[in-house]
Amino acid sequence: MSLLSVSDLTVKFAMRDQTVTALHDISFDLAKGERLGIVGESGAGKSITGFSLMNLLSKPGYIDSGKILFEGQDIAGMNDAQMRGIRGNKMAMIFQDPMVTLNPVLTIGQQMVETLQAHRKLSRDEAEQIAIVKLREVYIPSPEERLNQYPHELSGGMRQRIIIAMALLLNPQLIIADEPTTALDVTIQADIMELLLELCQSNKVGLILITHDLGVVSQMTERTLVMYAGRIVEAGRTREIINDPQHPYTQGLINALPQQTLPGHRLKQIPGNMPSLTSIPVGCPFSPRCSYAVDHCRTTRPEPISYGTVRVACHEVNRLHNDTPDQEKQA
Amino acid sequence: MSDMTTSTEPTLMRRIWDSNMAYSFRRNPVAVVSLLIFAVIALSAILAPLIAPFDPYDPAQIDIMNSEYPPVWVDGSESQFMLGTDDQGRDLWSTILYGTRLSLLIGLCAVTLQAFLGISIGLIAGYVGGRLDSLLMRLADIQLSFSTLMVAIIFLAITQAMFGSDTFNRFAVYFLIAVIGIAEWPQYARTVRATVLAEKKKEYVDSARVLGFGPMRIMVRHILPNSLSPIFVISTVQVANAIISEASLSFLGLGMPPSQPSLGSLISSGFDYIFSGSWWITAIPGIVLVVLVLVINLLGDWMRDVLNPKLYKG
Amino acid sequence: MSEAKTNPPLLELRGLEKRFELDKGFLETLRFKGGRITRERRQVHAVNSVSMTAEKGEVLCVVGESGCGKSTVARLVAGLLTPSAGEIHYDGERIDNRTRKAMMPLRSKMQMIFQNPYASLNPRMTIWQSLVEPVRHHNPQMSKGEVRDRVSDVMRSVGVDPSWSKRYPHEFSGGQRQRIAIARALTVDPEFIIADEPISALDVSIQAQVLNLMLEAREERGLTYLFITHDLSVVQHFGTRVAVLYLGAICELADTQTLFSNPKHPYTRALLSAVPQLKDDRPNHIRLKGEIPTPINLPKGCPFHSRCAYARDQCRMEQPKAVHQPDGSLVACHAVEEDWPRD
Repeated sequence: MSLLSVSDLTVKFAMRDQTVTALHDISFDLAKGERLGIVGESGAGKSITGFSLMNLLSKPGYIDSGKILFEGQDIAGMNDAQMRGIRGNKMAMIFQDPMVTLNPVLTIGQQMVETLQAHRKLSRDEAEQIAIVKLREVYIPSPEERLNQYPHELSGGMRQRIIIAMALLLNPQLIIADEPTTALDVTIQADIMELLLELCQSNKVGLILITHDLGVVSQMTERTLVMYAGRIVEAGRTREIINDPQHPYTQGLINALPQQTLPGHRLKQIPGNMPSLTSIPVGCPFSPRCSYAVDHCRTTRPEPISYGTVRVACHEVNRLHNDTPDQEKQA
Repeated sequence: MSDMTTSTEPTLMRRIWDSNMAYSFRRNPVAVVSLLIFAVIALSAILAPLIAPFDPYDPAQIDIMNSEYPPVWVDGSESQFMLGTDDQGRDLWSTILYGTRLSLLIGLCAVTLQAFLGISIGLIAGYVGGRLDSLLMRLADIQLSFSTLMVAIIFLAITQAMFGSDTFNRFAVYFLIAVIGIAEWPQYARTVRATVLAEKKKEYVDSARVLGFGPMRIMVRHILPNSLSPIFVISTVQVANAIISEASLSFLGLGMPPSQPSLGSLISSGFDYIFSGSWWITAIPGIVLVVLVLVINLLGDWMRDVLNPKLYKG
Repeated sequence: MSEAKTNPPLLELRGLEKRFELDKGFLETLRFKGGRITRERRQVHAVNSVSMTAEKGEVLCVVGESGCGKSTVARLVAGLLTPSAGEIHYDGERIDNRTRKAMMPLRSKMQMIFQNPYASLNPRMTIWQSLVEPVRHHNPQMSKGEVRDRVSDVMRSVGVDPSWSKRYPHEFSGGQRQRIAIARALTVDPEFIIADEPISALDVSIQAQVLNLMLEAREERGLTYLFITHDLSVVQHFGTRVAVLYLGAICELADTQTLFSNPKHPYTRALLSAVPQLKDDRPNHIRLKGEIPTPINLPKGCPFHSRCAYARDQCRMEQPKAVHQPDGSLVACHAVEEDWPRD
């Protein structure tokens, strides 16, 4: 049985004179200990996916339909009290900005002990011992002293380590990390990512990594979902998606990176902008920006189909592939 | 909500109707009712010479024999005086219309003066910064540590003594506007300075500096238009405050003379008769004053909620 | 270097320094220490003795992590800040001590593009007003028709749709706004552009659009860029020369190709290895110990010594000088200078 199984998840937002759909029929599975990347640009719905998985959507957003099965239980239908047993306990979330995730008026120790005691019957001393062990796991020097420090006394990288330690406190089965290093510097980001990967592997924790950085996804995950305008456009093994992307959007995203072009030459840009939620085009949402789009892309919405080992939501994926020079997979 | 998809340019009215502000206004019954009441009061005040059956400034229309008639729903009333008459025999309904007009006029002009002083000082203090900023803000602190009424009472009492009551009465409107206007500028200056400090850090200001624009242009053309929201909010509250200040000063006998009735001086002149049974001379203008100030404050509250950038996310 | 004497570089920074006072008022400088009140000023050393030049037509990139002073360098050059010490020369003339009036002719030659497209346009002005304002200001003698032509030309060349004119900035996405901001900078027909992280707030596919636009503008107008960024892959693509900044000081200054093929300073190496590559399937970088120290009351010696794996006593005592290497790069590191064993 998979750890997490999402099927046909649809999330809507009630705006003042209309309801917009932020996520359309999102479906994916995550095995125990598996690491999944969710890639997309801002507005693609990747953060909303993360929030929905934690059942943390706040008004005006709501889960319209679909199931989120976590260890066989449907999270989508749970109330707050039921969710509290899962959130933080079996599932933990790491947010983007380490500067605001920690409560500034409580010490690190108070926050960690509080989290532990909310879920387990532990004495203060026991809880502190666990906290110290966890802080040591994320390579925080002299953890005993850190317990008495306030968040503002620590640097950004240190805070993000502490947030990871807090996420791991109750030995969760799944960590959802929403752009965990975007607010950090490059050298610190690399350290944090390595730490996160190491912890997930050694503790057999599942990871959902939400990011816009394909390089990070490549380093960290086994499988990847590429999202565009609230839909999954391509899903499959990370290596295959990066080395041989099928969907025109994924291709565009990879080709737009400066590393993919000779220095000084024009980058291969994707024209246009991500549509806003209120004006998603009919047909394939990517069709206005897609150079392969034909008439029926603009009228009919493509359903995800299996192509090789990946699933792609594109009408023209066969033609696309035949256009490429190596034609080993003739239909 | 972007209107990028609409091909035709929407008309100005349409844009206003579609704006977030208009939307939240339509959704807020308190604001709608307040605006309606305010509009009725303001319109009748502006149109007082047309609406009012009598002119309280025309001695020929005032007959002392008509004094202290009660409103029509009380026994012993005279049907031509709908709300009764005051101690001098003036029709109360007409007098209230004229009085509200004067109160509103003083309130608005005083706030305009406050705004002019406060915005200029706040802009300069916030934009230039440094010593000048400290100096101006300490000045504002000193000014704020005296209550408005105290400053006004001292100022008006001295001017009254200096010019004598006749001259004072003739120019009472201007004195009141000046004293209320000058006493409250720090409110504006502080708010404007705070917004300017926030706006000054934004990149469009840097961009204007890199383009070589002068400080005047940057302050007036770039920073000021972006600091208007809080100015609107305090303006409504300040108008209400100014009307109250005027009423209080008139009530204390330092404002409008009884011959030029404002709401405050009406309440004041009726006060002497309240125990002799002529309650209406004080009560009716009092109700008008309370309602007027209340609706302005309610509108101000609504506006603050809408324009508060922390609550409002476009 | 020798022929540069006859033809001065377009931009030259000489020993540029910028310190910010942390304690502004007199009372804030007072400290209570060991039973007595002492006066002590804390300063942030944002930029320390930075010297570099940009030739005409070059793209000089300044890279570094947050707090390294790269944005301060940009703002100093743009004249938004005045240096605490050092000189800035533009086209052979000193510009850092000029009054606003004396700077005016330069303002149309030197323009800046900012990081945050959501804040760099005045939200209360329509796109057209924003674009026309600088042209009018710098060319008061121009007729209305000429102004309109100039602005329309620029709009066309950077892909700003004429139908956007009457709209306000909030109606546009980040990429579109950055396009408009670039158009605004180009309306005064500059020759030198300071770009402070112009693409870091944008999405990947939009970054490519904006970078292409800047490349085109460079080719068409012969622009010179001072490009501030933290993104090394952009530097590799876009820059002709790179200066790596750490705690306000230059660690390494080299041609892009030289720097990427043969980085010498330990910090440059760490920085390069930390960029996640598509081909990696696990994090693969040189680990640095510790974190960036604060630039308040800088330690003496090499600014990088607290995180450097090769640091010796000398590094803790003595600040390394920038030394020319055989391949033309400039490196400030004792280990490189004296060729200590590394790797």
